Amino acid sequence: MATTSALGGAPRKVYAMICDAGRLADAYLRPGSSSFLDFLSDHSPELLPGAGGNLAQPTSETLSPHATTIVALAFDGGVVMAGDRRATSGHMIASRDIEKVFAADDYCAIGISGSAGMGVELAKLFTLELEHYEKIEGSPLSLDGKANRLATLLRSHLPLALQGFVVVPMLAGFDLSRGVGRIFSYDPTGGRYEEHEHHGTGSGSVFARGALKKLWRPGLTASDAVRVAIESLFDAADDDAATGGPDPVRRIWPVVATVTAEGYRRVPEDELAEIVEVLVAQRRQGGRQA
Amino acid sequence: MNMPFYVSPEQLMKDRADFARKGIARGRSVVVLSCNDGILFATENPSRALHKISEIYDRIAFAAVGKYNEFENLRVAGVRYADLRGYSYCRLDVTARGLANAYAQTLGTVFTTESKPLEVELAVAEVGFTPDDDQIYRLSYDGSVADEQGHVVMGGQADALGTRLAEGWQAGLTLSEAIRLATRTLGAVGGDGLLEPGSERNLTPDGLEVALLERARPRRAFRRLQGEALLG
Repeated sequence: MATTSALGGAPRKVYAMICDAGRLADAYLRPGSSSFLDFLSDHSPELLPGAGGNLAQPTSETLSPHATTIVALAFDGGVVMAGDRRATSGHMIASRDIEKVFAADDYCAIGISGSAGMGVELAKLFTLELEHYEKIEGSPLSLDGKANRLATLLRSHLPLALQGFVVVPMLAGFDLSRGVGRIFSYDPTGGRYEEHEHHGTGSGSVFARGALKKLWRPGLTASDAVRVAIESLFDAADDDAATGGPDPVRRIWPVVATVTAEGYRRVPEDELAEIVEVLVAQRRQGGRQA
Repeated sequence: MNMPFYVSPEQLMKDRADFARKGIARGRSVVVLSCNDGILFATENPSRALHKISEIYDRIAFAAVGKYNEFENLRVAGVRYADLRGYSYCRLDVTARGLANAYAQTLGTVFTTESKPLEVELAVAEVGFTPDDDQIYRLSYDGSVADEQGHVVMGGQADALGTRLAEGWQAGLTLSEAIRLATRTLGAVGGDGLLEPGSERNLTPDGLEVALLERARPRRAFRRLQGEALLG
């Protein structure tokens, strides 16, 4: 059988073993946990978000742009998460088309508000953490396991939060064992809170949550829930300068995703455009002023 | 008192190679072949939990024969290697070639420096966007690497099955043709040696572990095929 062995038989195409990568370091071969975060902290801590030493002084928040409002709401058979597209730096708009809602895996979405750079990095690391666990263990984490993992990740970020780089994520996922959509909110210390029906975080969340309270009702369908999410962000953008509303000029819409038993689905742009059009037409009716 | 006596390097290496080869030939074979829909991996494996075929990264998968604990360790190392590389650079920068090199170095070092070589043989495959871009690397216990064109068989009666597979393989197979070819190849091993073409054992989906790196799938291309999907 040793057709390719260096010792017996005729090799078909044997490469000389010259490579710069070298052999796998011992850390790779050491038995350990299924967590990518643990591996990274152990093997390459310099790659962790926020590595590079503590800053001496609490820093100004303008060092990193600020990502704002995220909302999530449950409906019959799943959950919707939506985020506006604005990032601000003080009084300036840092980005009009930043994305703050991501697919963490097939059955959950993560949204980030707070320090944008750190938040996006945190979402990336969390996504990888879930994928890594799934590949090593051969099966995915439970939704509660994912929610707890995010809390741990956030807790390790606490020193940076104290420096002013606060990240407040939100997790919305479909619980395969119970067959329902669930929402988890967090505080910067890693506190994990399960929310019922709907929730919002970020600077515009006060207004978004007011809207959600009035618009949410039991038994919403997925498309109703998408409409409610967009409307609540619309209200947030109406009153909060740091939240961006739908932009029909550049055709920039909020990022909206549903998570159901069928998995994560990002609502396509043309569907969003239609919903926004109807919403704007409704609000225009009767020449409203306030 | 025992006197240390001289053993020539040739003899030493040969003994180690024989030892590793024996261990690898004991198990069931793994078949890897490229087809229109992607790269197919198949092996006889009654266990649903202890896999011989696994996902490494977006478009890269891993198959192994030999000692489970040894290749499991290498598999985990490969996942860590790929995830760390993708995290620190970009997901596109994780390649089968890089991983195969790292595995080759590891296997080679163990073969020459440790008291016992690893009794494993690995295949690392990366599905391309066209069948021409598919890459299949086969790694032996001593760290040698072969760049296989289109198909490979490892473990068990690899040589004989390799010839069978090569006869049936051609570029442009559909997925169901590839599954049939793979199961026919695996079924050619009977209780006492090789069976004649046409009289292969009929393998049921229950005893098979089959996975596909699906070409058209965005991001994570790896998926396991079970039950009816295997009846083709």
